[in-house]
Amino acid sequence: MTTFLGMPAGGGNLTGEPFPKAAREALGNAQLRRNLAKATGTIRAKRANVVGELPDWAQLRAAGAAIKDEVLANLDEHLVRFEEALTSRGTHVHWARDAGEANRIVADLVRATGTREVIKVKSMATVEIGLNEALAGIGVHAVETDLAELIVQLGKDKSSHILVPAIHRNRSEIRDVFRREMPGVDPDLTDDPRALAEAARRHLRHKFMTVDVAISGANFGVAETGSLVVVESEGNGRMCLTLPRTLISVVGIEKLVPRWQDLEVFLQLLPRSSTGERMNPYTSVWTGPTEGQTSHVVLVDNGRTATLADPDGRAALRCIRCSACLNSCPVYERTGGHAYGSTYPGPIGAVLSPQLTGVDRNPTLPFASSLCGVCYDVCPVAIDIPAMLVHLRGRVASAKGTTPESTAMRALAWAMADARRWRRLVRLGRFGRLASRHVPLPGWSTARDLPQPPKETFRDWWESSR
Amino acid sequence: MSARDEVLARVRRAKGPREVAPVPREYRAAGTRGPGDLELFAERLRDYRARVRVVAVDEVADAVAAALRDRGARHVVTASGVPPEWTATWAAAGTVPPSAPPSAPPSAEQAGSGEPVELSDPVSRIESRVPLGGDAREALREIVAAADAVVTACHVAVAETGTIVLDHDAADQGPRALTLVPDYHLVVVRAEQVVAGVPDAVAALDGVRTQTWISGPSATSDIELERVEGVHGPRTLEVVIVR
Ligand code: SF4
Repeated sequence: MTTFLGMPAGGGNLTGEPFPKAAREALGNAQLRRNLAKATGTIRAKRANVVGELPDWAQLRAAGAAIKDEVLANLDEHLVRFEEALTSRGTHVHWARDAGEANRIVADLVRATGTREVIKVKSMATVEIGLNEALAGIGVHAVETDLAELIVQLGKDKSSHILVPAIHRNRSEIRDVFRREMPGVDPDLTDDPRALAEAARRHLRHKFMTVDVAISGANFGVAETGSLVVVESEGNGRMCLTLPRTLISVVGIEKLVPRWQDLEVFLQLLPRSSTGERMNPYTSVWTGPTEGQTSHVVLVDNGRTATLADPDGRAALRCIRCSACLNSCPVYERTGGHAYGSTYPGPIGAVLSPQLTGVDRNPTLPFASSLCGVCYDVCPVAIDIPAMLVHLRGRVASAKGTTPESTAMRALAWAMADARRWRRLVRLGRFGRLASRHVPLPGWSTARDLPQPPKETFRDWWESSR
Repeated sequence: MSARDEVLARVRRAKGPREVAPVPREYRAAGTRGPGDLELFAERLRDYRARVRVVAVDEVADAVAAALRDRGARHVVTASGVPPEWTATWAAAGTVPPSAPPSAPPSAEQAGSGEPVELSDPVSRIESRVPLGGDAREALREIVAAADAVVTACHVAVAETGTIVLDHDAADQGPRALTLVPDYHLVVVRAEQVVAGVPDAVAALDGVRTQTWISGPSATSDIELERVEGVHGPRTLEVVIVR
């Protein structure tokens, strides 16, 4: 396992086919590209608007990065404080070394309630660890209640975006999934988004009122108070957090902020960066079990300590999963999220997934970028993703012996190691030729579209379209 | 070694130096921007397609009555600490006159048949301070499921973002399910509760255990990233601002 200091790697849904192969398939799908271009174009404009509205955005961003670095520098102490705060209020705290252990803990808790069904708030951590599959293994059905997660679940599909998992589907495809898979749905359901949202409301209403166990993630955990925070839009989160008797929250160990006050920064950075709104419709905060509930928190490592061990890679743990880097990425826009093969696609996925799993299990992801730099510009916690990609390319190259793949990686690493050299090659349209002439790897040279970047780089496009 | 001890040991091995630079807080901090601008607050709310009425102190009861009448509400719940005078005018009317449903599309299904309706127990009050274990949870669920409107106060509101925050331990705001299940939520916000920015609200909420931040009605952007109002939470949010 090639992780730093031999730290144990994470498991779960973090690997897939090699990126070039998966990307080539995705690039053949014109509908997918249209859906993505439309959706990401909309969100980019909205984000730019609401970010531009705040005169102190740069200062908030600097504070956000610093707060997260502060957490990471003393993560052990913050975790212990968080645990104490939770326990003193009556929340049960569990720890999981990896995906398998987290799943076993949750499965045992669910089994103890005797339920055959749980309702779920959208949570990347539970997708990462493959919780739904694990629950199915003990005969428990996990009902996704976020609209996009529901679309993915009913369509037996996979998430392709961290905020809007069904972003690769357009309205008529969603209508088809609902007509086919949603029990009792109106057969004449139209593809009007209002009608589709109404269909989901009716479908889930009964579940909210009857299912007595809910599973959530958390956007933030406040170490000093033990408060958990869920940021959402639809109200499905509120339903799940409020109505069931038992609430199980699966939380990555990097989700902490030290103090209550720190939320004043993140509750500005997150909604504006993610859905491009001044504020998301609903944010729930709870501190200990509320209104007679039983509450559990499962703290999950699953490769996070391996990420923390790399001084040049640990800043990936600052990520607040806003998805701004995905929405802005010219590579993501063309390949979609499935090509990355991980729960975490896009620029953040390209740096986070290989660190969680060890680079040997995700050797192509650090190359899934043209290093145009826009992901860094939009990141609300200032993660220097391009620099980290270059660093991880080096780790990939040094991790391998001399196989054709490693030679290819090294050639690419050379081309990409210097941002200016890389941009020059890209601008000249030379990269494709460079790759096919000098890279003795069929998978790479024929995967014409990637890592060969789009003809016009994002920067060129950005500059020319303003 | 327990999973807890092992994860903590890994963290200690993995992390860098403990010394960190102090967090630079050069953004617009709490208490530096004066009170919240009521006009801006109203405008932000309308941007979310919430309905807004700005009234004087002695007009609250009339505004609440007008809002509930326009809504065609028959069974209204409030938190126990909501001042009875807020709903007094509406309750005293005894009937809901037939009323054209207001413009928001989702309300049509709640607006009723157009016949006047006798109100036997016009306003149910939900105690918020009782621990809602066991039967209380069930009872609460039944009451809120039957209600078609809920009236509450709030703890603090943010002008810049059009956000209203509820403190669920406060008697005039009630348990969480109260303001979640009915399809229509009417909030009365007093001028002095409106602050300028998010940091002001976070400061005002220090120590508040259970909170819901509400910015407009329930919405989703999950279909082609276009905003659609009205999924699981209340599909209509109406705000009476007391200037
Ligand atoms: S890396 Fe930055 S921009 Fe990307 S999802 Fe995380 S916080 Fe958002």
